[in-house]
Amino acid sequence: MVVGGGIAGMQAALDAADSGYYVYLVERGTSIGGIMSQLDKTFPTNDCAL
Amino acid sequence: MDLDKCIACGLCAEKCPKKVVDTYNGGLQKRKAIYVRYAQAVPLKYAIDQEQCIYLQKGKCGNCAKVCPTGAIVYDDKEKELILNVGSVVMAAGCETYDPATHDVYGYQRSPNVVTSLEFERILSASGPYGGHLVRPSDKKEPKKIAWLQCVGSRDVHIGARGYCSSVCCTYAIKEAMLAKEHSHEPLDTAIFYMDIRTHGKDFERYYNRGRDASGVRFVKSRITNVVPDADGNLLLRYVDASGRRVEEAFDIVVLSVGLGIGAEARALTQRLGIAVDAYGFARTPGFDPVRTSVPGIYVCGALEAPMDIPSSVVESSAAAGAAGSGLVEARWSRTLTKEAPLETDIRGEAPRIGVFICRCGTNIASVVDVPQVVEYARTLPYVAHAEESMFSCSQDTQEAMAKVIREKRLNRVVVSACTPKTHEPLFQETVTSAGINKYLFEMANIRNQCSWVHNQTKEEATTKAKDLTRMAVAKVALLQPLEEPELSIDPRALIVGGGVAGMATALALSAQGYESYLVEQTDRLGGQALNLHRTWDGGDVQAHVHEMVQQVAADHKIEVRLNARITHVDGFVGNFKTTIDRQGEQEVLDHGVTVIASGASEFKPEGLHAYGRDPRVLTALELDRRLIAGDETLPACKSAMFIQCVGSRNETRPYCSKVCCTHSIKSALALKALRPEMDVMVLYRDMRSYGLREDLYREARQAGVVFIKYDEAVGLEVQPEGEDLAVRFTDTALRRKMVARPDLLVLATAIVPPADNPVAQMYKATLNDDGFYMEAHVKLRPVDCATDGVFICGLAHAPKPLDESITQAQAAATRAVTLLAKQTIRMAGTVAETRPADCSACGVCVAICPYSAPSFIEKGPFTGKAQINPVLCKGCGLCVASCRSGAIRLKGFDNDQIFAQIFALNEEVG
Repeated sequence: MVVGGGIAGMQAALDAADSGYYVYLVERGTSIGGIMSQLDKTFPTNDCAL
Repeated sequence: MDLDKCIACGLCAEKCPKKVVDTYNGGLQKRKAIYVRYAQAVPLKYAIDQEQCIYLQKGKCGNCAKVCPTGAIVYDDKEKELILNVGSVVMAAGCETYDPATHDVYGYQRSPNVVTSLEFERILSASGPYGGHLVRPSDKKEPKKIAWLQCVGSRDVHIGARGYCSSVCCTYAIKEAMLAKEHSHEPLDTAIFYMDIRTHGKDFERYYNRGRDASGVRFVKSRITNVVPDADGNLLLRYVDASGRRVEEAFDIVVLSVGLGIGAEARALTQRLGIAVDAYGFARTPGFDPVRTSVPGIYVCGALEAPMDIPSSVVESSAAAGAAGSGLVEARWSRTLTKEAPLETDIRGEAPRIGVFICRCGTNIASVVDVPQVVEYARTLPYVAHAEESMFSCSQDTQEAMAKVIREKRLNRVVVSACTPKTHEPLFQETVTSAGINKYLFEMANIRNQCSWVHNQTKEEATTKAKDLTRMAVAKVALLQPLEEPELSIDPRALIVGGGVAGMATALALSAQGYESYLVEQTDRLGGQALNLHRTWDGGDVQAHVHEMVQQVAADHKIEVRLNARITHVDGFVGNFKTTIDRQGEQEVLDHGVTVIASGASEFKPEGLHAYGRDPRVLTALELDRRLIAGDETLPACKSAMFIQCVGSRNETRPYCSKVCCTHSIKSALALKALRPEMDVMVLYRDMRSYGLREDLYREARQAGVVFIKYDEAVGLEVQPEGEDLAVRFTDTALRRKMVARPDLLVLATAIVPPADNPVAQMYKATLNDDGFYMEAHVKLRPVDCATDGVFICGLAHAPKPLDESITQAQAAATRAVTLLAKQTIRMAGTVAETRPADCSACGVCVAICPYSAPSFIEKGPFTGKAQINPVLCKGCGLCVASCRSGAIRLKGFDNDQIFAQIFALNEEVG
């Protein structure tokens, strides 16, 4: 079980699933994406956060 | 909401009468009581804000239920308790940004033009409250001057604030300042008010230099007194500059660079689970096992562990996922569901029946391009059997609807006119596959990034262009043929280059997940640079730990160590590498499926600098560590010691920060103080970069009497032996005076440097950056993968980093390797080059030009001497196709007739 659906939780869930495990991704909000989804662009490459 | 029924049409929100402050957009605009957080949210389903809904609070209204076309509104929905049985848990509960209203010295509550950095992100965002138009909140006027105030809520032990450094704010402020300048139509003045600029991450120092030198962002070392708003919304900033002068300056917007912290909910959660946390609420982890919490089976990653940026979070996440899996090896693949791919429809002999799906992308495309018109137009194109539009063609429900239409209308080719294939092609290919169509019978037209986004001022022309792009895609897709993807088995063993801590940690993590590895080390012992380290920043005994690790590796039958081994040759590719090693003249070929590069870096030897090598009192940081390890008795005899930071780092030759040296010097200064409390210890620095929780150590050192002096790097410093003394001359930036010190011990905090020559990188086709460190495939999304499939990186070979971060990265690399190895087979892309031997003139250009060694000469049979291409090695780059003088090579999926059909379609008039 991965608790939290931000960038960290999503990556952990993907890697665990790709390694062969059944994963529950638990998020308290209405959508995954976390704080990163609120960012415009990201350093140091300035590519789009979304 | 009934999530299965909601189709995210948005009618409910349109009719909802209740307006609510939109926290997602930093409170800068309103949303409705029924809402989606943002247009691209996953899952894209509306939710009712229970506290705000008029019906749920007062029993009146009910508009949303009336208009919902699918009956998805369930007012009496109840909270349900679920019990999940799981083998391990990964905590990724994240952080919250500091609320500057807690202790409001910067006028955050008094002026709308004082915003947090997260609110400013929304102001900059194209999907934000002002549509990406940079204006100040009070009067929507374009600003001329913006200030960023650093360390708001960080590095501060005042009410409500926290003592640690939040690690990310310096770099994000630089980013926001650069982006603000790009957004602004008029020249914009941007100033960052700081204590230390901490751009310690990989490539962040270059970013800082770019912000300062190319973008012209001003950096002002200062202490802020306060911010005074006036009646017109302008903000008077009062501060004390580096030399102690009081200064006042007016700004249009003041951005508070708020720090990261653990929120009340995450705190309660860790408490409920019994996870040990530090005083700030961050989960405690052992330095040598950085993702393990105090509770067995529970792992942690991201900002719940410490304040950190996105790349570090992603690395930790991979490490935590691997650690979580290592206890469950026997259950691998036992609970997972396999997606049944339906039988592929044989379309041979069928005329093309093309389906065209045009995406509105919310308002991203539809607000500029007349989507219904494009749909109508698409219906008139040759072979088009179906055309429709959708709100978000990438959403789950649209995908299902698309698959249904493909089956019902017996479509055999699909075009999606939407966004970029770079991010969305795999998704649509999966959908067409699920409908029984070969995934290569698909084409995308990018009518967003290449049309609506760039032509938003000229809507009519944009619509015409969307038609052009769609017509071109239709012309190409009609000629596409199904392609096969060769499937290969994967050798389940790994080869790890380098037997330092990173390499050993990778091998141990792989072993814990059931995989064997070869650990190849060029020297005669394991341990690498860690053999020179005294203590970690949080006090861990490095020697004891390295010793333990070496024993673990030796005892592990899944790890085969090769010492004194040099890699001389590499053949093969992902899944099936063949690496030749040379051990004192003896050759051995090792077969392996993946490669992890953990080859390290070393300490810069400052020959000729600062009297190093000429005076025995001058040491490097590691030389001091070795003396501390050995218990050197001359150290307590020193009456004074001095550290000089950034020796060989952050200069023209090496424009990067070596990340570890500030904390290392603080740690060593404290160690010297412990040996002799009355010793005068001084640190000459440019910016102290004790990022994250290391800031506490910096505070401890200051309290212990270690003197930190920012020296003027423009003036430089001079170290001269004078008689018995060692004289260090420098200019103190605070006192603005020339000073001289005569320490008994001078420690140079020297750079971390990659090897001057790195043939292994070339052998594995891994790229190095300008500084000589390995480059990752994607800084944020694939931080431990190399661009070459099946090759991973970790430790100092990737960038300077402390021991704990090397171990995390090593565990992450192991996890990423496992995601490949666990699949047992791998499918290669079908879009590869193919030769027609009959047309080949055997010139050998393709053999010479291919960066992946895919072409070779046929050795037997009628076409001996002609070129052939190994489809498994081919990456489909097309270099050989373009350079073949005989036109004997074609790239599947990008054949001449297909490309020409697409190009010629451009010249046809829109009807």
